[in-house]
Amino acid sequence: MPKISYIEAVTSAIREEMARDENVFVLGEDVGKRGGVFRATNGLYEQFGEERVIDTPLAESAIAGVGIGAAMYGMRPIAEIQFADFIMPAVNQIISEAAKIRYRSNNDWQCPLTIRAPYGGGIHGALYHSQSIEAIFANVPGLKIVMPSTPYDVKGLLKSAIRSNDPVLFFEHKRAYRLIKGEVPDDEYTLPLGKADVKREGEDITVITYGMCVHFAMQAAENLAKEGYDAHILDLRTVYPLDKEAIVEAAKKTGKVLLITEDNKEGSIISEVAAIIAENCLFDLDAPIKRLAGPDVPAMPYAPTMEKYFMVNPDKVEAAMKELADF
Amino acid sequence: MSKLRHHQLGLTDDDVIAMYETMLLARMIDERMWLLNRAGKIPFVISCQGQEAAQVGAAMALDKDKDYVLPYYRDMGVVLHFGMTAKDLLLSGFAKAEDPNSGGRQMPGHFGQKKNRIVTGSSPVTTQVPHAVGFGLAAKMKRQDFIAFTTFGEGSSNQGDFHEGINFASVHDLPVIFMCENNKYAISVPLEKQLNCQHVSDRAAAYGIHGETVDGNDPLAVYEAVSKARKRAVNGEGPSLIETVSYRLTPHSSDDDDSTYRAKEEVEEAKKLDPIHTFEEYLHGAGLLSHEGKEEIRSKLRNIIDDATDYAEKAPYAEPETALKYVYGEE
Repeated sequence: MPKISYIEAVTSAIREEMARDENVFVLGEDVGKRGGVFRATNGLYEQFGEERVIDTPLAESAIAGVGIGAAMYGMRPIAEIQFADFIMPAVNQIISEAAKIRYRSNNDWQCPLTIRAPYGGGIHGALYHSQSIEAIFANVPGLKIVMPSTPYDVKGLLKSAIRSNDPVLFFEHKRAYRLIKGEVPDDEYTLPLGKADVKREGEDITVITYGMCVHFAMQAAENLAKEGYDAHILDLRTVYPLDKEAIVEAAKKTGKVLLITEDNKEGSIISEVAAIIAENCLFDLDAPIKRLAGPDVPAMPYAPTMEKYFMVNPDKVEAAMKELADF
Repeated sequence: MSKLRHHQLGLTDDDVIAMYETMLLARMIDERMWLLNRAGKIPFVISCQGQEAAQVGAAMALDKDKDYVLPYYRDMGVVLHFGMTAKDLLLSGFAKAEDPNSGGRQMPGHFGQKKNRIVTGSSPVTTQVPHAVGFGLAAKMKRQDFIAFTTFGEGSSNQGDFHEGINFASVHDLPVIFMCENNKYAISVPLEKQLNCQHVSDRAAAYGIHGETVDGNDPLAVYEAVSKARKRAVNGEGPSLIETVSYRLTPHSSDDDDSTYRAKEEVEEAKKLDPIHTFEEYLHGAGLLSHEGKEEIRSKLRNIIDDATDYAEKAPYAEPETALKYVYGEE
């Protein structure tokens, strides 16, 4: 199998879906001629033309709102928000509109819209080019939020998002774009939305996380294996709605659970994961649920010292895993 | 050639009688909703009264077998012309399971009916404007000759979605008609505290599109403006912003008391221009509507509304647990 980068998996999924279905199109800022500021839509403008790879005016609510209208008609728009941090002007369109169209019309209308946005820190992006924003949308029934960690998952899940008849927020870790490479089959495949994935089988402790932190945990697990600790790692992949069954199963497997996010800790995705485990696994636990996350400050600062302090990294993950294993 | 205005616009005598009937049906359903509300039978009403001419005049200028409409909460006249019935609207008033707008999930005035291409709407204002642009974009991409028609109040012309949507449509020359039903009030806040330009339609110039203000109490003037806008749209000449000026004859909603912010005399003065009466006078002058004819139409519509009320009141509510349905599609 060929090895491709995380961002190549994004481009390849979009290209294949656009070739497969003429209703699929891309809209966003700089997505056309420039091919995206991260180059996620590189080559699509040349291949599919300016009508299907639309450089929009700089106005996020319109990017989402026009996408919603086109989706209600029957198109399958892929809207790009240039940085997840800039999705805020579109929140009314996403939460009041996209999420509720099926429900409020009693299943008469639907909104098959995919909104892609790069998120995440560790790239010297400071407060407004680094944030994790999934928690804002993670109590909005009607939405699905996908945050893949590997090129294989990116491609299979993005294709499913585009084919989904419901709105999907697809958040891509921008640091993973070129850093993370992985095997992706040439043959057509999709992966199911709403399903977590075991990335490493283990017996001693369970780590549940998503996005870039999956790689930190995998790296830490390899180091700890040399010291005789065997970690089980569950990648949530879809962070809303959560795969409760997989979470409960993974927690019960070792009885010691570490939850990791690079978002601020309070009210985060892992807070809900902790609640699910507390509700379902109390008598299977051998240690208190442990959370590793960003501190509760507004967002990560620019200066490298403070950015590093804010960010979850493999060392912090390894220390937390070891501490839990030794409990 | 006839000197009658409607003939000059290409409308037959039957067309203008149908126009009048739809306007009057909207008015009479609205009045019925208020009675039901005051009798404690339905929790909420939001009115079309005073805007029927703008709504029906515009809707009749569209192609109701092709075009998509994205109405705002007062647009009973628009949805009636596009195929929604008195029964459908009363079912929505009573929040019954059979309500085609939402199955009783949304408040009245939140229209939506896919089979008639009435696009589902919400309560946060102006969100429908970018949606209309999305429909226009789809028309262009799929080489279809439909247009998207959306409406909103003058208060909404201050929202970001108004400006973002119109700009997008203009840049891409999309077949969209934006119609502002200026009824002079955004709940309690009068026009002069909402904008500091003379007309909402002045804002069209900023986006390089056609803008025009017409008398919203005159259905023929609105029909003419929207017909021309539709022609431009299907000819690839891009969107238009039409402003219809009328007056909100009722409080904002059944929960509002407009005597706290406007004088009774002002409302009484506006009633002299009530489009139902002024259009009746026009039809009378044209020899198309006698006093008896008017009473005949009223009695016919009253029967329709009585039957609809009766049906809707007796119709069942949705089963409670169906509240769990349709969060996501079956996949």
